Amino acid sequence: MNVASVAVPSVSHAPISTVGLTDKISIKSLNFYYGDAKALKNISMSLYQGKVTAYIGPSGCGKSTLLRVLNRMYDLYPHQRADGEVLFDGQDILSPKQDLNLLRARIGMVFQKPTPFPMSIYDNIAFGIRLYERLPKSELDDRVESSPKRAALWDEVKGKLNQSGLGLSGGQQQRLCIARTIAVRPEVILLDEPTSALDPVGRRTVRLLLEELRGRGVSVLLNSHLLSEIELVCDRVVILLGGEVVTAGTPAELASPRGVELETDRGTQLVAGARRDDVPRLVADAVRDGRSIYGVRVLTSTLEDTYLEAVGGETD
Amino acid sequence: MNALYARRRRRNGIMMTLSVAATLFGLGWLVLILGVLLWQGFSGLSLAVFTEMTPPPGADGGLLNPIVGSLILTVLAVLIGTPIGMLAGTYMAEYGRHSRLSSVVRFINDILLSAPSIVVGIFIYEVMVFPMGHFSGLAGAVALAVIVIPVVVRTTEDMLMLVPNQLREAASALGLPRAVVISKVCYRAAKAGMITGVLLAIARISGETAPLLFTALNNQFWALDGKAPVSSFFESLNAPMASLPVVIFQFALSPYKDWQKLAWTGALIITFTVLALSIAARALTASRKQS
Repeated sequence: MNVASVAVPSVSHAPISTVGLTDKISIKSLNFYYGDAKALKNISMSLYQGKVTAYIGPSGCGKSTLLRVLNRMYDLYPHQRADGEVLFDGQDILSPKQDLNLLRARIGMVFQKPTPFPMSIYDNIAFGIRLYERLPKSELDDRVESSPKRAALWDEVKGKLNQSGLGLSGGQQQRLCIARTIAVRPEVILLDEPTSALDPVGRRTVRLLLEELRGRGVSVLLNSHLLSEIELVCDRVVILLGGEVVTAGTPAELASPRGVELETDRGTQLVAGARRDDVPRLVADAVRDGRSIYGVRVLTSTLEDTYLEAVGGETD
Repeated sequence: MNALYARRRRRNGIMMTLSVAATLFGLGWLVLILGVLLWQGFSGLSLAVFTEMTPPPGADGGLLNPIVGSLILTVLAVLIGTPIGMLAGTYMAEYGRHSRLSSVVRFINDILLSAPSIVVGIFIYEVMVFPMGHFSGLAGAVALAVIVIPVVVRTTEDMLMLVPNQLREAASALGLPRAVVISKVCYRAAKAGMITGVLLAIARISGETAPLLFTALNNQFWALDGKAPVSSFFESLNAPMASLPVVIFQFALSPYKDWQKLAWTGALIITFTVLALSIAARALTASRKQS
């Protein structure tokens, strides 16, 4: 494991504070191709131990592709290839020698559409565990109970673990998929638009789960369109556009204050870079100048502003 | 009422009448066939049909040996053909979905699927009956298996293709090896359809006569012996074996009234077996849609 210093190469244009963070996955000059089409261009970035990182960007910008590179999901298909370097605990996972099954057991993934297996709820959760661990029945039962509890699904399924997972509602199915993934205790979890099938309560569940995973030192990587969700849970945000990283940083860094606007009898004046704390001083200065003040506005740019600015109004 | 609308209504009425008439015309033959079959076959139906051997002309008898023969031939053909067909279909849908070999196999399989069954009979005659020097139940089962294989290949491939890729990805994402993804997830998801395919294959071969004439031929007796069931079973495979379609063919063409009656009864038995299989296949497909 290498400890990232401030000098870690990064293409980000925003200030980044990476001191004290440990790289779980470091991506270096990653390119990805669908046949001849280049979907990811020279991506370099780090995912940190125990941090939640979010990718945002318009549809088709390469968010899902990037996730699918990290567990080599693209290997299921011909004509898809990646070059560059993706170090997972210092090991290059793009190497042909990488055992894909072991890699995917360590890097779990939850997909946008819920995909319960055609088997009982119990087996859905126990399936992955049984594959890599031989547990006595009671211990397996405990694991099968704890995962849906963490995914806030337990109360809805505890009486019917023997029923088919296909009989659950869409939101329940998605939480089942999340429970199934965390049951195998991956070190990194990739979430491809995990909350799109969930109602507000379900989203809150995911948020709490993300916080819990972070507490356990699990690195989480998710992509989403829901910027408000991202602001609430993510430690780091990366904006992708056309297969390239446009900017990256903490939500606070990306949603930096733009300044304070004073509306006076001599017109509207923008004090760039000023914060809310500066307002009394600015007002006092203006009064000393003999100006009449009609209004004061603190302009903050939200993540959405930054996003829209970054993608240049290129919406889907 | 608007004139345009009235004309449209009139045209609709004409088209509907024509469609219903065409449907009735088509279905009418089926009803007639089933009616004659029931009428002629039912009167001959008795316990003796299922307990006695085929008789010489003028004597009493039943269809026990062809019924058992048909069962043995069908079960063997399915036992031989299903694993081969399923594995081939699995290769085409899972491992070699994008490979050239798959498209070649698919093309050849389609030809085999529509090959006249008499060609299959002649083929097995050439490669098995002629070298062995005699007709045999085993050759009959292999001939039927050759008919089973393309049906099972096709349905297996089609049903596995219907399994959404997301399911494969989700299973792979848990770290499941490819073989486990296929056997534990894809097969389960496609189970009803794959079983339907096997049932349809059984329905397809249970009435086949031509390939059996060249291979299993017919036998008025059987080698089955209650004292040594296992060894006599294998002995009987090496000998010509009676089957319902061939017995029907022979008895129906004969000048003897009692043989003709037995032929009708045999036809009834086959028809209702196939009907039951089709209904089972339908029920399975319906249950798949629900889940």
